[in-house]
Amino acid sequence: MAHPADAKFQAYGSSLEEAFQNAAYALVSLMWDRKKIRPKIVHPVVVEGRDLSQLLVGFLEEVLYLLDSRSFLLHAVDDLSIVSGSDRYELRGLFCGDRFEAGQETFGDVKAITYHEMMIEQDGRVMVQVVVDV
Amino acid sequence: MELKKIRPYTYEIPQHGGMRVPTIIYSSQNLLEGVRRDQTLNQARNVACLPGIQRTAYVMPDAHQGYGFPIGGVAAFDCEEGIISPGGVGYDINCGVRLLKTDYLVEDVKERRRQLLAAIFREVPAGVGKGGVLRLSKRVLQDVCLRGAEWAVENAFGTKIDLERTEEYGRMASADPACLSQRAIERGIPQLGTLGAGNHFLEIQKVEEIYDTRAAGVFGIHSKNQILVMIHCGSRGLGHQVASDYIRTMENKQGTGGLPDRELVNAPIRSGLGQEYYKAMSAAVNFAFANRQMIAHWVREVFAKIMGSAEGMDQVYDVCHNVAKFENHIIDGQEKKVCIHRKGATRSFGPGRKEIPEVYREVGQPVIIPGSMGTASYILVGTEAAEQLSFGSTAHGAGRVMSRHEARRRFRGEQIKQELAGKGVELQSTSWKGIAEEASQAYKDVDEVVRVSHEVGIGKLVARVVPVAVMKG
Repeated sequence: MAHPADAKFQAYGSSLEEAFQNAAYALVSLMWDRKKIRPKIVHPVVVEGRDLSQLLVGFLEEVLYLLDSRSFLLHAVDDLSIVSGSDRYELRGLFCGDRFEAGQETFGDVKAITYHEMMIEQDGRVMVQVVVDV
Repeated sequence: MELKKIRPYTYEIPQHGGMRVPTIIYSSQNLLEGVRRDQTLNQARNVACLPGIQRTAYVMPDAHQGYGFPIGGVAAFDCEEGIISPGGVGYDINCGVRLLKTDYLVEDVKERRRQLLAAIFREVPAGVGKGGVLRLSKRVLQDVCLRGAEWAVENAFGTKIDLERTEEYGRMASADPACLSQRAIERGIPQLGTLGAGNHFLEIQKVEEIYDTRAAGVFGIHSKNQILVMIHCGSRGLGHQVASDYIRTMENKQGTGGLPDRELVNAPIRSGLGQEYYKAMSAAVNFAFANRQMIAHWVREVFAKIMGSAEGMDQVYDVCHNVAKFENHIIDGQEKKVCIHRKGATRSFGPGRKEIPEVYREVGQPVIIPGSMGTASYILVGTEAAEQLSFGSTAHGAGRVMSRHEARRRFRGEQIKQELAGKGVELQSTSWKGIAEEASQAYKDVDEVVRVSHEVGIGKLVARVVPVAVMKG
């Protein structure tokens, strides 16, 4: 989507989990083709947030954290579940993918996930909108 | 939004509503059109509402929409009443530019530019997912964050003279690695000594035009066609993590109520949390200084090997363009210590400031403005007038006008490489898509940005340089 300095995307799903999963795929599409990555390694992911926006930021940051610290390229997000407590949300899931190897094409760079123009709409179908710093 | 033209290239958003100070935008008719199209002006107005803000919120000629604060924003805050904000620094803490001079002329490197580029590409790790060559322990990484470029020089990456010619002398003494999260350290360990990707680049350039021979001479730039090397990168994942960590901690501590944009979240400068962020940010600043120091060292090694010598490859300067720091400025006729936030803005101190190295104290500091890939870059000199006009700050680059997605849709990396080759510019990147995303058409006209800086007087033209060979992450 048009945003002069950054990348902005919207992801949809029939549930919050599906929309979050698609948001992770949209994020990844800015850096590599996830279909070319084999699901060889599994990283369990647990994220907490005081609201859904913070939960989404924290969840997408996991992709960047694992990329930088473990050279991990995400292929798929599995078994995603989001539970809400009284004043906080918790997300659990599995990141499947592989380590970066020489010759693999990666491109662009996403520095961070921002709250800028973030939207989470749950009106039947779920839509999340994210702007990332590139 | 109502904009009042108060001088040539100078526009004001008069103080109104919740604004504590007015906002001044340095721009031209052309550049202003872009700024009006996005959220830049709203964001600048929001900054003017923050507690403790001093004098005026400034917007530089290359400004565009950011998150919370605009990119190309400068704001100063009172040390007692004011705030410090990770969003006012940006995610890429101490993203900056380092410039090396050489004693070579373009004809000396012409035949070997491809070889130079290929060798630099081998020596300097770049691209998404690509780690560095060092395997550091956590303790060593903490030491890097404590001592910055000093650490690198002690470990034989460069010389002491490099330190003298680096903003903050390559080390912010306020750094405290204990304020870094485990995650920030984990992201930093594999990435020290890497260029990264996106808009970061390394260029071999030639001097195309010199506008100010005196300042150029002091900077070591003596003739047209002289070869220079420019390195543009930052604190990598470590710095991004610091910003994300402290945005979250500040949100959890003070909530997000009352802020027009969550990215404006902040903490009082005097508070424990404000101080912790400042110390962690300083640690990330030092990581970036060390990073550019190591890359510069590898570039010299490549020149020594391929050209036979790296003699005369002195550092001109190294500037930060995403940082917060304490400086003295005249406010209401009184000298006062304030916390300056420069987000996508370069310090532009004129003659006499004690913060700039002695060699430059008579002319002012070098200001390095990188253009977009394959276009011109500029060397400016800081001015005394800038202190009154912009807290000693000017632009930091070209500034994007088109999204990366749009650029990828419109341009092909292969074609751009060919076009540049036609102009005699070699280009090497880890990715074709990455090249397309950074097409020069996706950026503002850097020529116009520096012209505004020069006309306003916040940074005066010294030299225009153009690429000979470009390495993109």
